[in-house]
Amino acid sequence: MSEERSEEHPAPPPGRAAGPAGPTSGTGTGTGTGTGTDESVVLEAEGVSKHFPVRRGARALLGGERRAVHAVDDVSLRLRRGSVTALVGESGSGKSTVARLLAQLHPATAGEIRLDGRPVRAGRGRAFRAYCRHVQLIFQDPFASLNPVHTVRYHLTRALRIHGRAGSGAAELEKALAALLERVQLTPASRYLDAFPHELSGGQRQRVAIARAMAADPRVLLADEPVSMLDVSIRLGVLNLLRDLKERLDLAILYITHDIASARYFADETLVMYAGRMVEGGDSETVTQRPAHPYTRLLLASAPDPDRVTGSSGDGGTGEGGEGGGDPADPSASEPPSLISPPDGCRFHPRCPLAMERCRDRTPPRFDLDGGQWAACWLYDTSPDVPAPGDARTAGTGRGAAS
Amino acid sequence: MSTSATSPVSAPPRSSTRPPVLEIGGLSVDYGVGDGAVRALHDVDLTLRRGEVLGLAGESGSGKSTLAYAVTRLLSPPGVITGGDVRYHPREGEPVDVLAMTPQELRAFRWQEVSIVFQGAMNSLNPVHTVRTQLTDVLKAHRPRMSREERTGRARELLSLVGISPDRLGAYPHQLSGGMRQRVMIAMALALEPEIVVMDEPTTALDVVMQRQILRQLVRLREELDFSVVFITHDISLLIEFSDRIAIMYGGRVVEQAGAADIYRDPRHPYSHGLLHSFPALHGPRRELTGIPGSPPDLRAMPSGCAFHPRCPKAFEPCGLRTPHLAPVTDTGTDTDTGRSVACWLNDDRRSGES
Repeated sequence: MSEERSEEHPAPPPGRAAGPAGPTSGTGTGTGTGTGTDESVVLEAEGVSKHFPVRRGARALLGGERRAVHAVDDVSLRLRRGSVTALVGESGSGKSTVARLLAQLHPATAGEIRLDGRPVRAGRGRAFRAYCRHVQLIFQDPFASLNPVHTVRYHLTRALRIHGRAGSGAAELEKALAALLERVQLTPASRYLDAFPHELSGGQRQRVAIARAMAADPRVLLADEPVSMLDVSIRLGVLNLLRDLKERLDLAILYITHDIASARYFADETLVMYAGRMVEGGDSETVTQRPAHPYTRLLLASAPDPDRVTGSSGDGGTGEGGEGGGDPADPSASEPPSLISPPDGCRFHPRCPLAMERCRDRTPPRFDLDGGQWAACWLYDTSPDVPAPGDARTAGTGRGAAS
Repeated sequence: MSTSATSPVSAPPRSSTRPPVLEIGGLSVDYGVGDGAVRALHDVDLTLRRGEVLGLAGESGSGKSTLAYAVTRLLSPPGVITGGDVRYHPREGEPVDVLAMTPQELRAFRWQEVSIVFQGAMNSLNPVHTVRTQLTDVLKAHRPRMSREERTGRARELLSLVGISPDRLGAYPHQLSGGMRQRVMIAMALALEPEIVVMDEPTTALDVVMQRQILRQLVRLREELDFSVVFITHDISLLIEFSDRIAIMYGGRVVEQAGAADIYRDPRHPYSHGLLHSFPALHGPRRELTGIPGSPPDLRAMPSGCAFHPRCPKAFEPCGLRTPHLAPVTDTGTDTDTGRSVACWLNDDRRSGES
């Protein structure tokens, strides 16, 4: 394990600086918006990894092997002002860990998180609070994230006080509370202020949780599956509220979800994670309509899609195609890998229908595609040193399938 | 050991022509008694036909799980069945009234005829027993004549049926992934070859790839073993893909019932329409979606008339006053029965209902 780390650790930074990974920032965003990008990026992560050590028994201690769960490996992302970035992946892919790293709830094992271009490593206490003023986290379960013995007023007042926005005097506080509730469309405020969480519906509770996050007047909102615990009919209401906040307050939002269809609906940019690594990214419409990475194709083919059976026409069929990625009979039959000893090379290769020889031992860097889309997959390697003709052919069909 | 898996080879297509296997009529369920009682199910009529997958969709609090529990008589106090009947039609012999069964008859009926895969089934396995113990336990209770070897043999057979290697028989639940635990639960539900399998949100905790894999397996098993499935979920787009017929519940009533494709193409109840338009589509043009305004009704303070009318964009004069009943929809052009029914004043010219 240590060998692999020492090998691949130096690799990404040079790649980002000049190599094939560079184009992500070079072509994708660099050409037109190069200067604008730097200004609009609020929070960014570069090459961030998080390993959780596994508690060892006596035997492992003697053996000297050091095991860790590789929850997140070499993740880079940028959150821009006034834009929603979706992070999609199955359970255990490390997407929540990314949110916690960005919220500074866990220290990163490697890599750097930058707020406004300045590296942050908030510890606890004052530095952490100062960071929280800019970056707020919303959790999945509003039933658990609100204290059942306190009223809405208590929750919001506390958040306002901590961030020094309660004003002076009762009247100002009351005004601030009403403004907060109005911002999340819980009106009239008087009806909700003295309610306990159990008196509210799931959607209202999540709105209170959002209001609490807004009490800090943050610039970045990290939403970890904000709607998966809610009833389907009210999910869109909460998503539309978040979008509205984004537009009015110019927020940068990270939207974590396992529902790729909602990412298409809600997010400007979509990133796909698999087993702790980013595998694909780009404009939401492009990623969902023309997925490049075989894993994204599997994910899309697995999502419930009524059009598939009722046979109504449209661009449904063409998006997935009838080929390998369209019918996931084989890849879906296996499961995601153990993160304690993740597979070498591309982590998706044991399930990948298009796996080639080098997928087994070399981790693919980001390859840039058209329109700002990128994929970490050897299929898109256009460099001349393609090893074997057989591989090249496979790669050819892969490209065909993708476009 | 497997007793006759009598799959009728020349089975007619799964349509309304197949005989019913479970008939629910006017079923009502209360939680609590007296003044504090809350009515969770109102007059539910539903028919499950042999070999079909019946999808039951609705939000939390719509009564779909209560219905599943009532039908299997698993409702625990304060839940009380206050009216209606549930008739089970065995392959041979007369229909039996499930609600009138004695505890002894119930013990034989459950699992043998109707099995259930619970919500959060991943966590319903006993963590201190191996898969083998838990699978053979069912057989020990219901098939006392089987020898230990036969039981183990059957357990192995069941595991391979759901696509798990029989070597995992000795594993404890924590050694299996979520998807595998879920499949063990399904294997357990199929252990006695029941006629009906009730699945209460069986895949909600799983991610989409695993979900599709399990559902595909279920469809295959259904073809092989010819059982009927009641599939309960809030994910209507999943139901449209996997079920033959769908019943949509709201506020303790079935508000629409029709073939899966019919519901998708032409939902008749405004709530069904709203549900279908609450899911962003994967393909096609991106459109602005609104979901359904408001929130699901509080069972303690149900709106008068149609429970959906405060949220309904098409509500008009009778909606707030009288409750519409589930009525068959006839094709206006040909005047034939479409096999679907809906409880909405928009679709009812006769204006029948309680005031």
